[in-house]
Amino acid sequence: MSGTIENREAFLENIAKKLNRESGALVETPDWTNQPQWAVYQNSSKDQLVEIMKKASELIHTTIFETTADQLADTLDNAITEYGGAPVIATNDHRFSDFGLTDVLRKSDAYIWNVNNGHKNIDVAAQANIGISIADVMLAESATAGLFNDKDKARSVSLLPVTSIVIVPKSLIVPRLTQAMQMVEKKVEEGSEISHYINFISGPSNSADIEMRLVVGVHGPVKVAYIVVHDL
Amino acid sequence: MSMKVGNQPFFEGVDQAIHNSFMVNAVSSAQDGLRDKKLKATVGDETLGDWENWRNAGEEIRAFTLNHLDYYLKQLSDNFSARGGHVFFAQTVEEAQGYIRKVVREKKAKNIVKSKSMVTEEISLNEALEEEGCNVLETDLAEFILQVDKDKPSHIVVPSVHKNRQQIRDSFKKLGYKGTDDPKELAGFARKTLRSKFLEADVGITGCNFAVANTGSICLVTNEGNANMVTTFPETQITVMGMERLVPSWKELDILVTLLCRSSVGQRLTTYVTDITPGEQDDTVDSPKDFHLVIVDAGRSKALGTEFQPALHCIRCAACLNVCPVYRHIGGHAYGSIYPGPIGAVLSPILGGYKEYGKLPYASSLCAACTEACPVKIPLHELLIKHRRKYVEGGGTPPASEKIAMKGFGIGASSPFIYKAGMKTAPILLKPLVHHGAIEKGPGPMKPWTHGRDLPAPSKENFRAWFKRHKETEVQKTNKETSD
Repeated sequence: MSGTIENREAFLENIAKKLNRESGALVETPDWTNQPQWAVYQNSSKDQLVEIMKKASELIHTTIFETTADQLADTLDNAITEYGGAPVIATNDHRFSDFGLTDVLRKSDAYIWNVNNGHKNIDVAAQANIGISIADVMLAESATAGLFNDKDKARSVSLLPVTSIVIVPKSLIVPRLTQAMQMVEKKVEEGSEISHYINFISGPSNSADIEMRLVVGVHGPVKVAYIVVHDL
Repeated sequence: MSMKVGNQPFFEGVDQAIHNSFMVNAVSSAQDGLRDKKLKATVGDETLGDWENWRNAGEEIRAFTLNHLDYYLKQLSDNFSARGGHVFFAQTVEEAQGYIRKVVREKKAKNIVKSKSMVTEEISLNEALEEEGCNVLETDLAEFILQVDKDKPSHIVVPSVHKNRQQIRDSFKKLGYKGTDDPKELAGFARKTLRSKFLEADVGITGCNFAVANTGSICLVTNEGNANMVTTFPETQITVMGMERLVPSWKELDILVTLLCRSSVGQRLTTYVTDITPGEQDDTVDSPKDFHLVIVDAGRSKALGTEFQPALHCIRCAACLNVCPVYRHIGGHAYGSIYPGPIGAVLSPILGGYKEYGKLPYASSLCAACTEACPVKIPLHELLIKHRRKYVEGGGTPPASEKIAMKGFGIGASSPFIYKAGMKTAPILLKPLVHHGAIEKGPGPMKPWTHGRDLPAPSKENFRAWFKRHKETEVQKTNKETSD
């Protein structure tokens, strides 16, 4: 499916003329002289990155639970209880079953996102108390969960419920945004399709628009928790 | 011109603003808070290494991208449309409005939700869509507050900074609010009011922090989650971008998002950094099906290839507003443009012309704090001087007082007789205005200056006389030393 482009020629010709460039001339983006991004936490181990992430999470009103693969189901169960329980919604991500979480989701009567149910999914998410997603990458520097959303790993799950719980396999923690962008660029270079909604989320929604007073919980979730799984 | 805020001449706006003590206090404390946060997250964050390297990186990327803007815009539009999106290049405000009106009409859209966007303010999009019979709802908390009050932004990042909580509570009463002036309660009301509107809307309209040329993606940098709502539930998404707001690839996006988040609000990343690329699979439930990208020139190309091109490097972080002593005292509305502060004083005359905005470059003490704060190293104070030069040289109509002063000085300085007479008579003529050794309230061309600060009274002894006397004393001293 191809879209349309209107009014382009004259618009770009005007720009090229002003820049004294030949219209349509090819450009190669240079290797930049300054690339300070790579040095940030470059030699940190995964354990050190977890510590960095934990410290950063304090700045963004986000709770961290730490666990291991065999304890994950219990930890998730406890977290669901702590945040007030049902109604719960989860993304349709095969990793829930890979990580042995099918039973705990069933126990809390969680709704699993299902495109065949159409708009009902959004209605359920809008009424949900807790939404559960699994991170695709985690940025230590800013305690940011990177979600590569698609039709099954739906964005509404981390957006509409009051609380968003994100499961974070430790192997997916990287120093900062730089490495996540590199993952996207790699896909572009390989010619594979990228996620159409790449969502970097750092804690609960917030605003300081009224007299610069921070209010946590505006349009998105009011609470956010990450469950870090050390051996995944 | 829709960039315009109010109808007052600049100096009258200033007069009014400096007497609005709530506004001045609110702006000062917002400035202090944002500036401190920015310093902590930039020069004060040692994990980043040398912040100057980040600024250099930002400058390098912005300069190269702007120098090859036609190429990257072509690439962006190719990739956006290859994924099924529709791209419209709008040379003028009217063209941009016209296209968006057409899309909305074709969709028979009634309810439109918007996330924060300065460029849609610039093109008066809300008014245009209301003429189409649409309900247009601003969903960023600050923009929502302004919309309820039919007010205009006074800051690029915190647009309602000039309003206090009591004013906001009173505005919300119009919508049936019965609570207190507690910010949490007020924000809770906005959440409740807007939640259903997101889910019912036909069209979502966003601005664009950065477009990514090599994939045709749009990056939005926000905190409240409203932009995510706007880009998730409506069937149609329309993104409006200033033509300069793009990066070649995700590699550069990393640098610019870092510079923006840290310089604007002192966060390592804002709560949401969301990258949207058209072309979701057909059975996706929570995504628009139809994507439009409107790329707006509206005067920007006038800066290309000129000494003002670096103004287009701006990433709208407002760090320059947060350090500006003039913005601190007069707030945003006095500038008469939706782009206030140092960058506004540089950008507004480019976009809106000298006739309307030629006085803005004078709203600066040229202290260069803005240049130092800019994360992409735009030489703001130098551009302000260049504007002043062009303005006085006939780029617009300079203030009459300045013209007369410049002309008068030219005549006076070229005639030794008039010059001497002037120097001798100044202390006598200005004597009635002098109190405690300074002129506190000057007439005519001195008025704006003496509003903000005192003008030193002319010395009874002019420089030539002082120099002559000083020289004579020196000679006498030397002669005495030699004879000793």
